[in-house]
Amino acid sequence: MEETKKITNHGRNAALLSIIPGFGQFYNKQFVKGFIFLILAMSFAFTFYDVLPVGFWGLFTLGEIPRLDHSVFLLIDGIIALIITIMGLGIFALNIYDARNNGKKRDAGLELNSVRQQYHNLIDNGFPYLMITPGFFLLIFVVIFPILFVLLLAFTNYDLYHSPPAKLVDWVGFQNFIDIFKLDIWRTTFFAVLAWTIVWTFGATTLQVALGIFLAILVNQKDLKGKAIIRTMMILPWAVPSFITILIFSGMFNESFGVINKTLLPFLGMEPQPWMTNEVWTRFALIMIQTWLGFPFIFAMTTGVLQSIPEELYEAATVDGATIMQKFFNITLPLVLFATAPILITQYTFNFNNFNVIFLFNGGGPALPSQNAGGTDILISWIYRLTMTSAQYGKAAAVTMILSLIVITVALWQFKRTKSFQEEDMM
Amino acid sequence: MSNKQNKIIRLTLSYIVILAMIFIVVYPLLWVIGSSLNPGQSLSGSKMFPENPTLIHYQFLFDLEKSNYLLWYWNSMKISITTMILSVISVAFTAYAFSRYRFIGRKNGLMTFLILQMIPNFAALIAIFVLANRTGLLDTHIGLILVYVGGQIPMNTWLMKGYLDTIPKELDESAKMDGAGHFRIFFQIVMPLAKPILAVVALFSFIAPLGDFILARILLRSEKNFTLAVGLYELVAKQFGNEFTKFAAGAVLVAIPIALLFLMFQKYFVSGLTAGGTKG
Repeated sequence: MEETKKITNHGRNAALLSIIPGFGQFYNKQFVKGFIFLILAMSFAFTFYDVLPVGFWGLFTLGEIPRLDHSVFLLIDGIIALIITIMGLGIFALNIYDARNNGKKRDAGLELNSVRQQYHNLIDNGFPYLMITPGFFLLIFVVIFPILFVLLLAFTNYDLYHSPPAKLVDWVGFQNFIDIFKLDIWRTTFFAVLAWTIVWTFGATTLQVALGIFLAILVNQKDLKGKAIIRTMMILPWAVPSFITILIFSGMFNESFGVINKTLLPFLGMEPQPWMTNEVWTRFALIMIQTWLGFPFIFAMTTGVLQSIPEELYEAATVDGATIMQKFFNITLPLVLFATAPILITQYTFNFNNFNVIFLFNGGGPALPSQNAGGTDILISWIYRLTMTSAQYGKAAAVTMILSLIVITVALWQFKRTKSFQEEDMM
Repeated sequence: MSNKQNKIIRLTLSYIVILAMIFIVVYPLLWVIGSSLNPGQSLSGSKMFPENPTLIHYQFLFDLEKSNYLLWYWNSMKISITTMILSVISVAFTAYAFSRYRFIGRKNGLMTFLILQMIPNFAALIAIFVLANRTGLLDTHIGLILVYVGGQIPMNTWLMKGYLDTIPKELDESAKMDGAGHFRIFFQIVMPLAKPILAVVALFSFIAPLGDFILARILLRSEKNFTLAVGLYELVAKQFGNEFTKFAAGAVLVAIPIALLFLMFQKYFVSGLTAGGTKG
């Protein structure tokens, strides 16, 4: 039997033939599959042959005649053309890969799968793809598409003065980024906003984490009565939707009518403060409010961890003569921090992008004369302001890119270190 | 003896701190309830304990001819519940595929999800606005719901995948031996065991649209379509302080049912996050 085997090149031939989709499969005598590929490719070509070139023309030129060509719509259509092309190329690659694989099987003298077996294979291997398809499609259009759009927008001059349909938008390369770092007003604003974003992220998050852990340990004391009711009370700020409490706080902090200036501060013998018009006081109020909003979450997490620490650990420590402080620093705190570490880090990224509290409390204000962002604007609310108030879309997109870069760097660094990620069998 | 004294001092101090904290936590909430009962309209005249409390603001909100409040409430509920259902379905499918199958693109898919969950999808707010404008989904609820569901997928998929990984694979393998198909294993074996995490994902995706302000604000244009967050903000922002008592009444009507719902399910929240979160 062995000597009859000839050297064949079915793999190469099939791959070459399937440059016309389906023909490689015909060559391998897999007619049903070949037809499916052929029909897919033909319908793809029929549907898109006139749409795709226009899409790419729009993507490259962003339109040529003002009032007739709408640059932003052309950009959108261009991105969609890009996505469709990538999907088409994916199917095309699959077609070549399949023909080549089956050709190689023939080269090796192996029996090819029958239609029935192919069907079963398709069901088995295709099932995970079938399951992720709905989520994946949605993700492409509401998450990945917007990201691509912003990425491209960052390299255009789309703003109030280059606003379709009256005017065209043009590609300007890195001009937006250069402006942000070179032009005085942009540079001052960018670094002021970035500095406050960092202070805000670390200040508010650290305070809420510290308060949450401290209170959880305090309430967890064995001989304390009424734990259940205390814990319910402590969780209330988490239970009430935060947009509501932030708006309530902005009423309470109102300078002339708010209860804080009118009742609370005089009661404590203090002067009323300019909570809404002086940025230092607004920042202080914001950090206090975020602490109020955020500590219950940490409190609940820590309480869960504390209840799972075995009593024997403390008993053994007591036998060894450890003081309360030693027990706290050597048993309680390490265990709590270890168990809640991933959640704590997501708290930092959350506050980095915590638009609601900044915007709803005082709209990012008070306004400052030296910059084109409000005194308490963090990066994300500055982006909102650039987009919705001053129509600086290109610049806003550039800032968004910078923000995303920061977040992604931190995220990757964090997850590289997470145990769970290293344990994950990534094939 | 001194031990006992120590204990008394420690407990007394603890109670003082806890009472102070409870005061800080409860005060704003009681204050807004008090404000909502004031007969006046504005923030300036409202007192925490009004002399002649009244329910007129609640009556006003329930009057469909004068206020859109009930409409906003209905919109919010509709959006939240639809988002919840769609999210649970798509997240369950996606997470199951990532947890149980090894397929080409799995690793990259997981990495992409990981990065995507770090960037809030409203960072691309210009894009979402323009895209909605282009597709005619601006000022519609369906557009908003799609954006919410898409935004929920990455984070919740990781959460749920973490939980599904802890369900032994031997279970589905033995079912496969017995001839169960893919869908049967999914629906009859794995999903019943994943009920706790399904509940967590459902709650998250119900609460998130309720608390969202920015996307709803960008996408919804006409007052009839507003959600509670946008509507209540407009009520306060229009003429600050002048309609504060109405806002307060509206806030109370949102806060109480949500808070109750939340407190009921709070345990699942915590266990779900620590189970999925620390592992996944």
